[in-house]
Amino acid sequence: MATVSTLPDRTAEGLRGKAPGILVVDDIFVQFQTPDGPLVAVDHVSLSVRPGEFLAVIGPSGCGKSTLFNVVGGLLDDYRGAVTVAGETVRGPHASIGMVFQEESTFPWRTVIENVAFPLEIAGMAKAARLEKAKRFISLVGLIGFENRYPNELSGGMRQRVAIARTLASEPKILLMDEPFASLDEQTRLLLGDKVLQIQQDLEQTTLLITHNITEAVQLADRILVMSYRPGKVKRIVDIDLPRPRSSEIVSSEAFGRYVAQIWSDLREEASRGMRDDEDRALHGREHGS
Amino acid sequence: MTAAAMARSRAAPLALGFGTLVVAILAVEVLIRIGVINKFIVPLPSQIALAFGRVITEEDLGERFRLTFLEALTAGVMITVAGVALGLLLFRVNLLRQATETWVAAMASAPTVLMYPLFLVIFGRNVWTIIMMGFVAGLPPVILKTVEGLSGTRRVLINVGRSLKLTGPQLFLKILFPAALPTIFVGVRLGLIFTLINVVGVEFLINFGGLGQLINDLAERYDLPGTYAAICFVILVSVCFFVLTEWVERWLTPVE
Repeated sequence: MATVSTLPDRTAEGLRGKAPGILVVDDIFVQFQTPDGPLVAVDHVSLSVRPGEFLAVIGPSGCGKSTLFNVVGGLLDDYRGAVTVAGETVRGPHASIGMVFQEESTFPWRTVIENVAFPLEIAGMAKAARLEKAKRFISLVGLIGFENRYPNELSGGMRQRVAIARTLASEPKILLMDEPFASLDEQTRLLLGDKVLQIQQDLEQTTLLITHNITEAVQLADRILVMSYRPGKVKRIVDIDLPRPRSSEIVSSEAFGRYVAQIWSDLREEASRGMRDDEDRALHGREHGS
Repeated sequence: MTAAAMARSRAAPLALGFGTLVVAILAVEVLIRIGVINKFIVPLPSQIALAFGRVITEEDLGERFRLTFLEALTAGVMITVAGVALGLLLFRVNLLRQATETWVAAMASAPTVLMYPLFLVIFGRNVWTIIMMGFVAGLPPVILKTVEGLSGTRRVLINVGRSLKLTGPQLFLKILFPAALPTIFVGVRLGLIFTLINVVGVEFLINFGGLGQLINDLAERYDLPGTYAAICFVILVSVCFFVLTEWVERWLTPVE
């Protein structure tokens, strides 16, 4: 039976009290300067990811999900609050956090195996050893036989698997993914979700997924953090009590549908607010322009 | 063979290109013979073909070809090294880029060959005047395309490097430079074209060196078939450069 719970104490302290987090995001506040004045992108967001857990962050466009991704990944350093990995406060990119990006991020001038071995090359590993290790991760994402192909010879889904294998090759404690399947069609997305689930379960990989896709979040995650539209706050945390190991077949279950409906009811209000906001801005922009 | 099968064939483009050239040459031959083109301005292609042997044996063509090729190659290496370095500098120092990019672009379209008297004064009547004129003419496109290539590197590739904590030099060598390489090669190709035009042009103007001087000599003697035959050898130098850059590009960037 699907259960939906609201976490009353949303601070990192509260979360830490419940279970020790390998990744703790504590009271993050991000504000950008825009021509219309300061814009709060992330408003005191806290979350904690337990070892081996798959946490999805979901929210409407403009809720600060990608800003949060950049803060946790260390690509953005102008923020208040703290990011802690295994008790160590980190600022800037960190070896413990591996990032998979929304956009196509394979290096077109490198073959699949050279792409996957890239972090190992940077780490100074000998060529034979790094190619051997890269093969293991290529096998993990199901791309054996494509080692010597270039990215332009692969489909979008295969390229994203190369990017995931490349990130996994650096053996990060935490896998951080920003809408990695956003550019893929629905069927590929579901099948790739299966692959990610299998990898996550095999490696017991702690994973933080940023997404706007409810189906994807429910299919993959142990918990889902729902964010509000601008300013981005934690609106609700939902425990996904679906059996593991999971596959894409779970999407046809009744419990899955209930989770999707519940999260959509939370998101609909936020997404509507975002849409109204966009319409207002477009209208005012036109008035200013005319 | 059907039209579709011909389009798929690897030999078809080659055959079409060669066939078009042969038809064009034959058309010029006919137009001259029937008097549409003045034979005292444009010699018969058949006369040009007969002049090749004479130009090769009597005009020391091998040595002149080698000299022009080496002058252009030296200037080509110089524009590549200096152009990429200056492009990188402009990419890294935004103020410098904003201050000079328009000037560099203006220089790319300026007829720098007209500055040859100045270069003659500075370097004297020797190969360095020719090389430096080729260098000055070919440099701007390499700089501009290097800046464009580096600036056009997709943000996500840079973020991959940042997430893996690459140092500045690592980020340049492993990501920025390989990503920019196809665009840089466009600049090098353009630069080589400008360089070769200027090398041959200055050889012609100062009557010194390789094929340019030969063209000047033959034109002075009103040996039109010989002049056009020498021009064909300049085209051959250009083809050699094109093949060389293609080969280097394929070696450095196996797949775009």
